[in-house]
Amino acid sequence: MTSKITSQFEKAAMQNRAAYVPFIMGGFPNDDTFIRLLKALDDCSADVIEVGVPFSDPLADGPTIQKAGKIALDNGSSLRKILGTLGEVSVDIHAPIVLMTYWNPILRMGVDEFGDKAKAANISGVIIPDLPPEEAGYWIKVARAHEIDTIFMVAPTTTPKRLETIVNLSKGFVYLVSMTGVTGSALVVSDALLKTVANLKRLTSVPVAVGFGVSNPEQVAALSNVADGVIVGSALIKKCLEADDDVSAIDAVSSLSRGIIGALGRN
Amino acid sequence: MTKSGTLYKEQKQQVSAPDQNGYFGRFGGRFVPETLMPALEKLSETYNRVKNDPPFATELKDLLKDYAGRETPLYYARRLSEKLGGARIFLKREDLTHTGAHKINNALGQVLLAARMGKTRIIAETGAGQHGVATATAAALMGLECVVYMGSLDIVRQALNVTRMKMLGAQVVPVNDGSCSLKDAVNAAIRDWVTNVANTHYIIGSVIGPHPYPMIVRDFQCVIGKEARKQMLEQAKKLPDVAIACVGAGSNAIGLFHAFLGDPVRLIGVEAAGYGLDTGRHAASLCAGSPGVLHGALLYLLQDENGQITEAHSIAAGLDYPGVGPEHGMLKDIERVTYVAVTDQEAVQGFMELAGIEGIIPALESAHAIAYLKKFAGTMSKDDTILVCLSGRGDKDVAQVAEYLDSKSVSGSDENDSKSANYSSTSAENQK
Repeated sequence: MTSKITSQFEKAAMQNRAAYVPFIMGGFPNDDTFIRLLKALDDCSADVIEVGVPFSDPLADGPTIQKAGKIALDNGSSLRKILGTLGEVSVDIHAPIVLMTYWNPILRMGVDEFGDKAKAANISGVIIPDLPPEEAGYWIKVARAHEIDTIFMVAPTTTPKRLETIVNLSKGFVYLVSMTGVTGSALVVSDALLKTVANLKRLTSVPVAVGFGVSNPEQVAALSNVADGVIVGSALIKKCLEADDDVSAIDAVSSLSRGIIGALGRN
Repeated sequence: MTKSGTLYKEQKQQVSAPDQNGYFGRFGGRFVPETLMPALEKLSETYNRVKNDPPFATELKDLLKDYAGRETPLYYARRLSEKLGGARIFLKREDLTHTGAHKINNALGQVLLAARMGKTRIIAETGAGQHGVATATAAALMGLECVVYMGSLDIVRQALNVTRMKMLGAQVVPVNDGSCSLKDAVNAAIRDWVTNVANTHYIIGSVIGPHPYPMIVRDFQCVIGKEARKQMLEQAKKLPDVAIACVGAGSNAIGLFHAFLGDPVRLIGVEAAGYGLDTGRHAASLCAGSPGVLHGALLYLLQDENGQITEAHSIAAGLDYPGVGPEHGMLKDIERVTYVAVTDQEAVQGFMELAGIEGIIPALESAHAIAYLKKFAGTMSKDDTILVCLSGRGDKDVAQVAEYLDSKSVSGSDENDSKSANYSSTSAENQK
């Protein structure tokens, strides 16, 4: 069966553009607004939507996503709760949903139970930033049995040998981390980065999406010429943190999303 | 103190662990973002190459001897032994090393490794400040830039060590996330490492973190037990019946225990019970935690039903961590080491007792091991011996302990009055 996620990237490519992959946090800024944000992004025609699961110790995340995670946890958000919510609303969402979670919440729930629940919640893919391929064996089996894509990350530091392993394991798309740093760091879209994207694309038929620090239409315009997709997280979360109320948070996220979508086209 | 032969059946596994994937039994591994994986592979490769390299070994040995003051003495604590009325108690005096704790053993080893890897910048996390001070010291010695992450709560309660680190040329970065203590300092250090991995080596201060850290830190700390084993044979003419150490994340304990894993020696690790295990406010991951992933390794930790790491509590900043090294998890599972816990109050009592009766002010961390002696030393015979790792000195803790005792004596309840009266009488008696 063709991956629902990969199909979205293919659809974007046929429209001569990169795919838009926004990230929001489950339970942030509150349960109700989270659901409305999800629908708003879907209405903007986001191609794939990443939903983050808050964790007490998010060591790959910068201050913005850390803060959102803390607010979500204080609101009582959890992996179990997010899966429950997504199970209820996913019928109304067209974009496939990718869950981004650290490993310990899955481990605590039980890897098999998580697979079942994720499937039931209509989750198409999972990104686990602290689960490298070496530790992912059992999860990959469970994920495949449930037809859930596991998306692995490639970093600027990744060695050629590791690259091969990661590219072979990654389903849905390959997540290229734009820089050595945490989420939301300042990104300069350099020629070197564009070259890295192009090189990576030569190694795999799986789509390559670039994330970490991607925050504005100018960066997106530059990346879209080579990347199959762009992932925008901290910039959207920041709009929510800066907003006076939930309605203006949703407006701000939609507005930035429209700006980004307008920059996805290829020259 | 009988020793069952079955306890030692997995001796071979204990000594050879971890396996090539960094697992100690079911614990350990590497759970970090991809950005760091190549750095960990490089670290493993460098370490495996240099650890038996004679120039490296010689350089480290010379530094430990001439700079850090090894070997540290083994001291027979006669008055403490007599007071507890049973076994003879020997203290392994890590408090007498340069910088005042066992942490220097690891800091010197890792700073040499960093130099071999061509890194110019060192980062570290610290709780009590002892690892921060040791790292700042080693970095100064090697002329390397040094940044230490420290929880803002710990910066307040370990102010002396903050000043020391700054004087040693390190930049101390306050961490205001979460519990503002050791766990959050590790998060901040890992984020720095992810960002600056090209020129930076992260010196983890304990037997935690992704493989190969738990192995490297253990290997550098094993000098404690190797020396103590030899010294016990010389001074007591026999191996100790019991070896005991405090356990936060577990580096001094592993350092002491490792030399005795193959011996008929009972090993006891003392965790921090904080306000009491039943209050939920403690740092006893082995006694009251469950397996999970924190800071790059699968280990026993404190977590809620959703897999969120919960805040630890201990009066001793160096034990105030919600996880414990993977090798300890294995040693607990195979029942080679017994893990117990003592409260803040008992630790303060141990602190005052050792100061008053032996003239040694221990670190609050080490005071947990001292405090546990009371629970069993008296039941042993005078022919029996107990080896205690006195992992650090307590200068950094005197203000905090004084404050603790003051708060107990003014809190007014009869129960507290009688307890603090005990502390006062212990110290008054011995000041005469």
